[in-house]
Amino acid sequence: MRVYFDNAATTPVDKEVLKEMYQVMETQFGNPSSIHSHGREVRTVIEKARKTVAGLLHTSPSQIFFTSGGTEADNTAIRCGIIDHGIKHAITSRIEHHAVVHTLEALEQSGLIKLSFLEVDGKGNVDLQHLEDLLKANERSFVSLMHANNEIGTLTDIERVGEICEQYNAIFHCDTVQTLGHYPHDLSKLKVHFMVCAAHKLHGPKGAGFLFINHNIKIRPMIYGGSQERNMRGGTENVYGIVGLAKAMEIAYREMEQHQVHIQNLKTYMIEQLLQNIPDIKFNGETDSEKSLYTVLSVSFPEMDMAEMLLFNLDIAGISASGGSACSSGTDIGSHVLNGIKANPKRPAVRFSFSKYNTKEEVDYVVAKIKDVCLVKA
Amino acid sequence: MNLPIYLDNNATTPLDPRVLEAMLPYFNSKFGNAASRNHAFGWAAEEGVDYAREQVAQLIGATEKEIIFTSGATESDNLAIKGVFEMYKEKGNHIITCVTEHKAVLDACKHLEKLGAQVTYLPVKEDGLIDLGQLEAAMTEKTILVSIMYGNNEIGVIQPVKEIAAIAHKFGALFMTDATQAVGKIPVNVIVDGIDLMAFTGHKMYGPKGVGALYVRRKNPRVKVTAQMDGGGHERGMRSGTLNVPGIVGLGKAAELCRLEMEEESKRLSALRDKLQSSLLEMEESYLNGNKENRLPHVTNISFKYVEGEGLMMAMKDLAVSSGSACTSASLEPSYVLKSLGLSDDLAHSSIRFGLGRFTTEEEVDFAIEQTKKAVNHLRELSPLWEMFKEGVDLDSVEWAEH
Repeated sequence: MRVYFDNAATTPVDKEVLKEMYQVMETQFGNPSSIHSHGREVRTVIEKARKTVAGLLHTSPSQIFFTSGGTEADNTAIRCGIIDHGIKHAITSRIEHHAVVHTLEALEQSGLIKLSFLEVDGKGNVDLQHLEDLLKANERSFVSLMHANNEIGTLTDIERVGEICEQYNAIFHCDTVQTLGHYPHDLSKLKVHFMVCAAHKLHGPKGAGFLFINHNIKIRPMIYGGSQERNMRGGTENVYGIVGLAKAMEIAYREMEQHQVHIQNLKTYMIEQLLQNIPDIKFNGETDSEKSLYTVLSVSFPEMDMAEMLLFNLDIAGISASGGSACSSGTDIGSHVLNGIKANPKRPAVRFSFSKYNTKEEVDYVVAKIKDVCLVKA
Repeated sequence: MNLPIYLDNNATTPLDPRVLEAMLPYFNSKFGNAASRNHAFGWAAEEGVDYAREQVAQLIGATEKEIIFTSGATESDNLAIKGVFEMYKEKGNHIITCVTEHKAVLDACKHLEKLGAQVTYLPVKEDGLIDLGQLEAAMTEKTILVSIMYGNNEIGVIQPVKEIAAIAHKFGALFMTDATQAVGKIPVNVIVDGIDLMAFTGHKMYGPKGVGALYVRRKNPRVKVTAQMDGGGHERGMRSGTLNVPGIVGLGKAAELCRLEMEEESKRLSALRDKLQSSLLEMEESYLNGNKENRLPHVTNISFKYVEGEGLMMAMKDLAVSSGSACTSASLEPSYVLKSLGLSDDLAHSSIRFGLGRFTTEEEVDFAIEQTKKAVNHLRELSPLWEMFKEGVDLDSVEWAEH
């Protein structure tokens, strides 16, 4: 049996999405900037996709800018949002994705900003009182906080963050890479300046994403060289990627409730099974369904000598999971998120992340294998 | 024959079915994140990326570690130019480029000027090539980068890159080239040509859109660029972001096909191009733009005097051609490339770029010749300027009455 429980790293492309992309790849190859019919046809395809995305998020197409993915979108929002507005102070937390933390640190190192980190509790909740204090004590700030943590799943109340930011006239960038298409985002209500999507996290293709840029904030491009994306992002558009992104969003919204129930049930079931079968098992981050992203479960295993063998043994058993974020796997420095919540470094952590394609049988299989591994170790 | 006939292969090329086939497994069977280091899905994706890196490196005579995958040539151009400016700012702030570069290079340079860069925009000669003497004269101690494109996207002229590289190196500067139009079409070898950084993209060589690469030299000298996007530290820290695995696999396959088929394909295309070109140049008052010899095999750019530009495009609606770069075609401005060759606005407007490609047939070229001739002749019949020209009036000496 092969089980893919690493859907926070990336997801398989939905067949319906691929079908739509395939059609464009096979037949519509024009450059959307060309004025002849090959080009115009493709331009229409892109604008239709933009309209679809905007419609689902209750915003206007003119606020959706397609990018090569989440990292580019995060970088654009942070770099341009800060530099173009002369911001001197930014606030984030140590458990943000590297696309956010490293970008802010790069700006700090170049002397452009002072960077403050919010207090984070042991479950990955950021301290919103601390946010208010920092906003009060500093001039206009740039705030970057993620909707759901990609390693431990803890959710942040971004509506509240948006309100606080508005109160102090701060710029709010929200990395929603893990939650877009998993929860509804209503941009007519949410007080956010920048919001980010990577299509491959919601059964769309890699290499495509978007940045929502609120009308009330103006930035200059990060990538120059062409009038694409209304002069905001130079470069020939990834047409099929954009088509796939829109289709993936459409499916995610169409089936959102059904998927949420299914995946949450899997997660709850896995928590129960682990608690029943493995002594001294714990979880990193929030596990309560109200406070935690339903696709992610970070398991904290009992202390063991050969911690690194855990993932190896799971892989031998055909189970794909992750020790942390894929974007930093392979490094030995340990997870910055687990360090950030002061998790016991002696207890190995494995992130299991689910999708609509996973089943209860798979959970049973995985729990049985974990049991084997832990018994051998114990 | 399907109409309109696509002769705009400098704007973008169709995806080769063999490339598409290579990409397909990476969407939903080998769908892993190439950075997932501890399971089979990740390894399968990484394997696909590694193989593609080899295929791409082989096409340009580089090693795998010198290939940085990006979202396309524009991002590569931006990364190279801005990345060098930041990395080498201790050494100097002077960049030399040329007026006929793609917007991706020009706009990146303009942006850097605001940040303190000194940029020299070399003019071009009438044939579209830069003057090497002028380049040498422009070099200073502060020059960190010379960025000159390999093949021009509008007129197809090939710059003397080897000589340019030698001049840049003589003054201790790096040589970067936007080779978007040249890679896959003509032999490009980064060692032979002395290239330090090179940008190119998939969709100009029958690969997918949304994926490109930047070659960054690792030896003699070891070149470094400051990342323009931070995050997970992918691509040796120079370009973060989850790898577009299917796109990269497609770029790799496209590179391999180009490498294997280039020799024959360029012969076939240049024969077809020459046929098209000589037939159209048989017409009175039609002129070839750019150097005739040093040119990409598949491109020709021809001006038809005494023909109104927009009318010409309308009359040629069965041909998908362009009057300039797609990236600037939405604007009604005449081509800045043609203007820098010395063409008037009017003549630049009545110029057509024909870009042949892998799927262009002789039948299509014959049709294009016929259609273009018909359109030009028809518009000239309606044109009072043409009539005056035929009557021997020197139009340049006419003083037009103001309304």
